[in-house]
Amino acid sequence: MTRQQVLDLYFMDARSKLIDLAAFLDRLDRAEGEADFRLNGFHKAMQELGKTQPERARGVLLALSDPTTEPIPNATTKAACGAWPGTKG
Amino acid sequence: MKYIEPHAHMVSRVTDDYVRMATAGCQAICEPAFWAGFDRSSADGFYDYFCQLTEHEPKRAAKFGLAHFSWLCINPKESEDVKLAEEVVEIIPKFLGRPNVLGIGEIGLNKNSRNELRVLEMHVDLAARENQLILVHTPHLEDKLKGTRLILDVIKSDKRIRPERVIIDHVEEHTVKLVLDTGMWAGMTLYPESKCTPARAIDIVEVYGNERIWMNSACDWGVSDPLAVPKTALEMRRRGHSTDAIDKLVYQNPRKFLSQCPNFRLP
Repeated sequence: MTRQQVLDLYFMDARSKLIDLAAFLDRLDRAEGEADFRLNGFHKAMQELGKTQPERARGVLLALSDPTTEPIPNATTKAACGAWPGTKG
Repeated sequence: MKYIEPHAHMVSRVTDDYVRMATAGCQAICEPAFWAGFDRSSADGFYDYFCQLTEHEPKRAAKFGLAHFSWLCINPKESEDVKLAEEVVEIIPKFLGRPNVLGIGEIGLNKNSRNELRVLEMHVDLAARENQLILVHTPHLEDKLKGTRLILDVIKSDKRIRPERVIIDHVEEHTVKLVLDTGMWAGMTLYPESKCTPARAIDIVEVYGNERIWMNSACDWGVSDPLAVPKTALEMRRRGHSTDAIDKLVYQNPRKFLSQCPNFRLP
């Protein structure tokens, strides 16, 4: 597809998601109390959007991933939360 | 358009979903054993579940002209209890001779714990001893990258396993190359909220190619869409992919991998 065709097909959808992202951050700002590591991960991942290499989706996923390599001693939960608790702010 | 649904948990779906899938062109559905949303209390619960997968569900699908196949295992979400897992792995061979069984799956990891790894190794050993195909679940969200690496290490270290007989499912942009570089197959799961959207799945095919890769809905009791594969085929058409390219991804590729099991026969 040409860039024009990609824009024709996906611009409105991407625009909608971009506004949703901005509204989510505004909502967080208006809310009270402390955030947690998920917001740190989110901010780290957002930095990938400004990069010029065509691997931004991979970069976002890596930014939100557990980078360690050793198995954990035991599973205390079944659920994943979407960001790695060790992400620094 | 003909397509194969290579990963769907139909025990959690209503009969109307079979009707919709058949209407959309589905030829066959493959159902890996998975977590019911709660932990089963004994191996007897798995015995009953395996009967459901190999006796009852094929009959339900056949009413709509759909072939139904299944994969057997104890899912990674229940693998923290090693003793229970050992008991379940022990009963699996009783079912491997049943006519709709494709292999061992979906095995893998969930939270990347030591016990989960141990149970994964037990399943890989069982598949090697019984010469079975393997279908692997990779962990969710932040655990996927690490889990995929650990899983690939386990499988690569067992020299009895041929990579072309293994599919690593739920790949995304950060794991697909790791998988394809091993010679194993990669599955992309199309979910509304996590894993891949149709647009991203097509991006992955455009970037990494259409060899040794398939798409599935993995529809279950959660937020999921049993028509995700034909909807993604439609998205490919909107992007200008040819009929042959779509057919390869949604029909020929899964047929090629699954046909390695003699039980896989299409109507």
